Amino acid sequence: MEDITLFISKIEGEIDGIVPGSLKPETHFREIPEWSSMHALVLMALSETEYDVTLTGEDLRKCGTVQEIYNLISSRT
Amino acid sequence: MAIFSVNGSRICGIAAAVPKEKEHNLDYERLTEAEKKLLIKTIGISTRHIAPPGITTADLCQQAAEKLIDTLKWDKNEIDLLIFVSQSPDHFLPASAVILQHKLGLPKTTAALDIMLGCSGYVYGLSVISSLLSTGGFKKAILLAGDISTHGITRTDKSTWPLFGDAGTATAIEFNSTSKTFFNLQSDGSGANAIIIPDGGLRNPISEKTFVNEEAEKGIIRHRRNLWLNGLDVFNFSVREAPVNIRTLMEYAEVPEEQIDYFIFHQANLLMNETIRKKLKLPVEKVPYSLGAFGNTSSASIPLTIVSQLNQMTLTPKKLLLSGFGVGLSWASAILDTEKIICPEVLYI
Repeated sequence: MEDITLFISKIEGEIDGIVPGSLKPETHFREIPEWSSMHALVLMALSETEYDVTLTGEDLRKCGTVQEIYNLISSRT
Repeated sequence: MAIFSVNGSRICGIAAAVPKEKEHNLDYERLTEAEKKLLIKTIGISTRHIAPPGITTADLCQQAAEKLIDTLKWDKNEIDLLIFVSQSPDHFLPASAVILQHKLGLPKTTAALDIMLGCSGYVYGLSVISSLLSTGGFKKAILLAGDISTHGITRTDKSTWPLFGDAGTATAIEFNSTSKTFFNLQSDGSGANAIIIPDGGLRNPISEKTFVNEEAEKGIIRHRRNLWLNGLDVFNFSVREAPVNIRTLMEYAEVPEEQIDYFIFHQANLLMNETIRKKLKLPVEKVPYSLGAFGNTSSASIPLTIVSQLNQMTLTPKKLLLSGFGVGLSWASAILDTEKIICPEVLYI
């Protein structure tokens, strides 16, 4: 899997309202302003289409930071 | 495995009816402006048609059927099969299809039955009709499919209210010895709770607790006679199972993607359908959408998409792949050849 910088830039490209460059590996994604279940769907769709990895709601509940999501997807690719 | 082919049926026409009453998701007061924009962009649903009290799914399907029979100039006495696919029937009993046999003025020689399925229901209904027509004992059939889904949702639940629209459709199908249709039907009841109206049936009869509103999450206030939707679970199910079901059917039928003119998916939500499209590597122009104007219309969504988006395109021969996936959990796909499908304009009742 690509490095986390590219992963982050893809998330920033998919989710409106995130200023490019503002998302960090240590960012707690639920603290992104206006975070909602729709954003969770966007992340799940990104994982499916870009990495062919299924993320469940339970997976996301266990993750707190962008780094943790990246690690989880990496472990399944 | 429920993967099979059937000889002997051909779609002649499709009609669709929706209520005149329309709601725009920009006017949904329980979402912030940012949420509204995100919803319309991501889920893809701008407007939905909502039936007023007194209008039932059977009413919408009846109007669509009357228009279709009239347009095709079918003799009602020749219709010997009527199937009503819905999860919002007029009554627990009798079956709505039987009531509609009478209301449509069909003869007593018409076989009529209901099929209680939602998102996958249109394809399941087609499979039953095709199989019965293939016996040679039936010549003409009408498949009614639709739902008044808004009867089960509430404005206080932002996870369901902006998604669903109401619609009823009618599809005219006749015996044709040369045509061949392929089906792949599946089910998984372990996911029953992913989309469910918990109370009102025999498992959980109406009780004093049924209509007590509870806040399941922030922005989701509902009672036990409302539709409960676990969007993340449905997303996972759909993007996992639908592509496999479709690929398996294409391999079974020996029909590659290049030979299929349109892939018409159940209109669940844009993000989910686009994920399925991308996983199947299908070109955008082969996957039409009607959800922007009508929302998720349950079993009506596939025929409504054909009527509202393909219309004139169906007047010449086409090869179509239809796929429905959702409540049950239940999913199904079909590959069929069409010669000329007559589609009157969508009716606004």
